[in-house]
Amino acid sequence: MRVKKNPLIRTRRPLLPPGQRSRAAHLLTAAAAEGRFALPCCTACGRFNWPMPELCPACLGDMAIAPAPQGARVLSATTAEVPADSYFRERAPWRVGLVQMEAGPQALVHLSPAAAMGDAVRLTLMLDRAGNAVLHAGKKDEDMTTDPQWQEMVADPRDRRVLITDARHIAALPLAQGLARAGAASIYAGLPEAWKPLDTRAAFEAVPGLTLVPLDVTSDRSVADLAAQIGGKVEILINTADLPRPGGMMGPNATVEAKAAMETVAFGLMRLAQAFGPAMAGRGADGDRGAAAWVNLLSVFAHAHPPALAGYAAAHAAALAFSQALRADLARGGVRLMTAFCGPTEDPWFQTFAQPKVTGKALADGIFAALLKGQEEVVIGDLARDLIDRLRDNPKAVERDLAQGRM
Amino acid sequence: MILESLISALAGGQVRVIDLTQTLTEDFPTIVLPPEFAQSAPVRIERLSRYDAAGPAWYWNNLSFGEHTGTHFDAPAHWFTGRDCAQGTVDTLPPEHMIAPAVVIDCSAESALNDDHLLTRPALEAWEAAYGRIPAGAWVLMRTDWSRRKGAAYANLRADGAHTPGPEAEAMRFLVQDRGILGFGTETIGTDAGQGGDLTPPYPAHHYLHGAGRYGLQCLTNLHLLPPTGAVVFAAPLKVHEGSGSPLRVLALIPGKDIP
Repeated sequence: MRVKKNPLIRTRRPLLPPGQRSRAAHLLTAAAAEGRFALPCCTACGRFNWPMPELCPACLGDMAIAPAPQGARVLSATTAEVPADSYFRERAPWRVGLVQMEAGPQALVHLSPAAAMGDAVRLTLMLDRAGNAVLHAGKKDEDMTTDPQWQEMVADPRDRRVLITDARHIAALPLAQGLARAGAASIYAGLPEAWKPLDTRAAFEAVPGLTLVPLDVTSDRSVADLAAQIGGKVEILINTADLPRPGGMMGPNATVEAKAAMETVAFGLMRLAQAFGPAMAGRGADGDRGAAAWVNLLSVFAHAHPPALAGYAAAHAAALAFSQALRADLARGGVRLMTAFCGPTEDPWFQTFAQPKVTGKALADGIFAALLKGQEEVVIGDLARDLIDRLRDNPKAVERDLAQGRM
Repeated sequence: MILESLISALAGGQVRVIDLTQTLTEDFPTIVLPPEFAQSAPVRIERLSRYDAAGPAWYWNNLSFGEHTGTHFDAPAHWFTGRDCAQGTVDTLPPEHMIAPAVVIDCSAESALNDDHLLTRPALEAWEAAYGRIPAGAWVLMRTDWSRRKGAAYANLRADGAHTPGPEAEAMRFLVQDRGILGFGTETIGTDAGQGGDLTPPYPAHHYLHGAGRYGLQCLTNLHLLPPTGAVVFAAPLKVHEGSGSPLRVLALIPGKDIP
């Protein structure tokens, strides 16, 4: 149950845990951002290390990161009652522990209150509020929703107020239904061009705690009007606004279509950022249910651009670029920007695309799972995952495949 | 002398000015085509500055819209039947056509009962029996009181398309070919009925009007303030290069209080 705050008390300003890391350490940031568990590993001798060294302490080999066993045992556990750092002092008592990793090294970790000296624990590589990779240790099969330190690093919708920006997106209804099941305090679903019918209106209205609100991300006024009403309440924003329109560069209407896609996907994001971003970034520490995450649902074609979807892919690439600026702005308040990438979805605009396509339910489930792990990036669906993997291996081959109409 | 009399009548209230224009807003419904066709851009008003850091002493906006948004004018070139008309675009429109008499056919009672009400030729003939022959060169304005609706009720879109009143095909042929009207105006999003695509020819108002080099006005309001005859309409679209239409301010002059 959400506890109302005393409006006479100043809202707690967001502080962040210590933020400086070496460049090499950001290899771990990338793994944590994607929800992968990996540890620093010497490319020469294969020995795991912690924390990230510049070179292998054993053989001076170059360091990379590699998947590692997540098991560990608690060597010692302590509770910091009065930490010197302001961020941790505000959240004290804070549990820390020294663990012996199965992978070899020992590490200082954020320790679940349920774990004690001698316990077997499972390590998770997570992003802290400053956006840096840290290790969390909890007992195996422990319910992490009861661990306040874990909750501090993830974006659990429970008791939070969530805005889904476009109710007409295929994922919007499953998102709303899932948020209600996850215990969201209230759910707002934006409805562009409210004068057009919404086939799923009855289903939306049946979602407990949901309100349909007028919102057209292509309109300055519409976005500002909604922000004026609920901008100070939104703790998780899920931007589903999209305008998939097939067409290459040379189509008779290509610029009009591309501009429309840009207005929705790229400039729409910018309008939302201007209207909702400052309040969210300012409320990152507003109680334990403060602003936590902003999710952009983007096409994987932001990374790999099929010529048959030239304008659409360009709009998503632009939105991805904007996302990085927004991430930096939100990070100052400890609010996470998560990008969810997906391939063609099961809707009329991708009707002629080959399977596998992604359902709205799969998108919603992927987003929830990533929010509950505090990720910065999630790739949903086989096609999107395959494209991302192939891009890492051989980007030119992906370009040629897409040029020939192969996904 | 005539103009002086007009100004005097305006000042004295013997001639009243009625604004037939909807406010150009971002959320006013626009024409919806099947999504695989190109769509009109909506009205967008983007702030440049308002006495702020972007312009400390001045307020102004960037404005963008499709030619067929808000209260707007359809030129002959808008429809394929009018593609060969001389002066078929708004930039070449004869200025004398921008001021013309208007008659108002009151279909508000029928439209209140039937969203798909069609104005028929017999109804026009009945109107003529009451008010006289529709003059050549006049605007014919179809009053439905549809402008009192807002949002979804105004667009009235259902699974099989829009349901809004308009003229039937023979009524339009009669008005254009037998009466030689200047144009046809409605309170709905189009000059044709929402289901006008099912008529023969499809979209008869567009078909007959523009094929004969005549005009359309839509999204009008305040038609209930006009008399059946005797109004003069000012409808001057923006002079858009080769424009097929444009939003515009439509004004009507009507008789006011009696001249002593």
